[in-house]
Amino acid sequence: MNFERIKEKLNILADAAKYDVSCSSSGSKRANKNKGLGDSSGMGICHTYTEDGRCVSLLKILLTNHCIFDCAYCVTRKSNDVKRAAFKVQEVVDLTINFYRRNYIEGLFLSSGIFKNADYTMERLVLVAKKLRLEENFNGYIHLKSIPGASDELMREAGLYADRLSVNIEIPTEQGLKLLAPDKKREDFIKPMLKVKNEIIQYKSEKKLIKSTPIYAPAGQSTQMIIGATGETDAQIMYTSAYFYKEFQMKRVYYSGYIPISHDERLPSIGTDVPMLRENRLYQTDWLLRFYGFSIQELLNKEHPNLETDIDPKLSWALRNLQHFPVDVNHADRRLLARIPGVGMRSVDKIINARRYRKLGWEHLKTIGISMNRAQYFLVCASSQFETKDRTAAQLKSLIMGTSASKWRGAYSSQLNLFESNANVTVS
Amino acid sequence: MGMIDQYIYDGSFEGFLTAVFEVYDRKPTRVKIVSERLVTENFFDEEHTIYTDQAKSDRVWKGIEDKIGKKAGNLIYKAFLSEQSDREQVLLRIIKKGFKGENVTDNFADIDVLRLTNLVKIVGREKHRMDAFIRFRLTKDNVYFAEVEPDFDTLPLNAIHFKNRYADQKWLIYDRCRNYGIFYDLKTVNYVQLEISNDINSSLAAPFYFTHDEMHYQDLWKNYFKSTNIPSRKNMRLHLQHVPKRYWKYLSEKQP
Repeated sequence: MNFERIKEKLNILADAAKYDVSCSSSGSKRANKNKGLGDSSGMGICHTYTEDGRCVSLLKILLTNHCIFDCAYCVTRKSNDVKRAAFKVQEVVDLTINFYRRNYIEGLFLSSGIFKNADYTMERLVLVAKKLRLEENFNGYIHLKSIPGASDELMREAGLYADRLSVNIEIPTEQGLKLLAPDKKREDFIKPMLKVKNEIIQYKSEKKLIKSTPIYAPAGQSTQMIIGATGETDAQIMYTSAYFYKEFQMKRVYYSGYIPISHDERLPSIGTDVPMLRENRLYQTDWLLRFYGFSIQELLNKEHPNLETDIDPKLSWALRNLQHFPVDVNHADRRLLARIPGVGMRSVDKIINARRYRKLGWEHLKTIGISMNRAQYFLVCASSQFETKDRTAAQLKSLIMGTSASKWRGAYSSQLNLFESNANVTVS
Repeated sequence: MGMIDQYIYDGSFEGFLTAVFEVYDRKPTRVKIVSERLVTENFFDEEHTIYTDQAKSDRVWKGIEDKIGKKAGNLIYKAFLSEQSDREQVLLRIIKKGFKGENVTDNFADIDVLRLTNLVKIVGREKHRMDAFIRFRLTKDNVYFAEVEPDFDTLPLNAIHFKNRYADQKWLIYDRCRNYGIFYDLKTVNYVQLEISNDINSSLAAPFYFTHDEMHYQDLWKNYFKSTNIPSRKNMRLHLQHVPKRYWKYLSEKQP
């Protein structure tokens, strides 16, 4: 192995792959078999974290950064003047195995620029996965990118070796896509997604009858959207997201704040801050939809097309819906407990368990670990001391914000200053 | 105020269970179970040495699993591995409550149950960190070798994870703080104690112990770690929260 050459390729092709946020290695059911190498039946593991604080779980690389497309938001686009490189199939296999054996990674996340055509590219990605599974008896995690426009036959084969498949829809709205990626069509993204979805459904039904049905993409599929490249609203993003969760049974939708990488009039200029706070609020909303029983219409709608930046979306919803509060933690059902600001799902579980043995007061709630600073105004418990004053939403918000120390404070206070000159401040 | 009986045991889990047996057998009015490593001379306390007895230990363990439940047994064992100074007292109270029929796994309004949960949580987190942060280096005798210094005694919990994962390679994980390791010989995992040379981590001596390719893979990994970072999103506070400095010593990507 020529290590110097591999190092050069790795630097180029890891650098080009890093804008894909997904690094999930969980949700598969692939156990070690025949005393081979690897096991991905447990929970995901982050083996290290980059200096930007993102988890490193998989060897995330492109097979090549040669690409026939010219999508404005992409660092690998045809017209961009960057160094190009391509791995050989066997090189990716060797790197994966040797990194895995040293416990650096949970597996491989392989994507690629599109060279020649969709099927030619997809075929090579599948070949890497096939070699890892069949020749190396590798049971670690494999995430393959579905190349837009790839044939059904190849998508079928991909799922036999990969744990997860994903196609990034990248731009939340169709107009945005037309503007920034004129060569790409939404249908091309949807086609492989649909095939994978149908294969998963078929696998699940066949598995019930025939136990030996070969496993198909056990960790499901995911997708990603770039945030802040085309001036879309939070509502547009989250309604698109909700659609993909529902229609394609996505395991995850990722939101990636746009990182300016080129001088292009259609895009935010280089040096523009990455919208990390917005990204964070979108993820919080995503969690509320998937785990807390909220519906999208409650959080974002015509009246509220964008999330508030200075408070989290659950608190924001609560302040708009004070009629549901206070919630009695000793009697309320799971669904209601989950709606109290400052109470996470783990705390909900603990409250439900603990209250079977005694009535819970403030002290118990504190030790259970709920965030009192927010929660105290929205609940009653077994204590004579609780909020008796009727406060307006605006009063509550300023009370809570006055006592909270958000890591984002710097971010939103500067954003607020920006609009101060022409803001309409309503004092209630 | 009567005297406190100090039951001094050898620090092993079996030793602790033996001490619990003696508490039920001798019925002292006030008792403290103390590991011999942490014992402090105390004029007012009466010391009793507890000799680890496998049969007594087994009886208590069986009692815990049968009467309090397998889940509780698992929690008690994990909490014990935390090595925290209050562990014996908390676990003794938990065991007493459990034998009396009280719930000791879900009643989070009980202060001992909360402490138990907390100890299990910190041990679990450290175990998970070890699963993640262990870095193997391939030695010339074809063993994947890793050194660790976990905050708590987690290797007994890590063994199964690594056995399932690396079924086809020999590996050795060595706890430098507690001076023992777990070694997998392609069949079973065994506890081992070794003399490890002081120069094993010096870059000069590395070619003597490790394969030629080993250095190259470490180098590739370090390069990958740098390339996959996005400088415009730099957030060292978050980075350090996830990878605290005390773990850097054995992380290949953090080596100069």
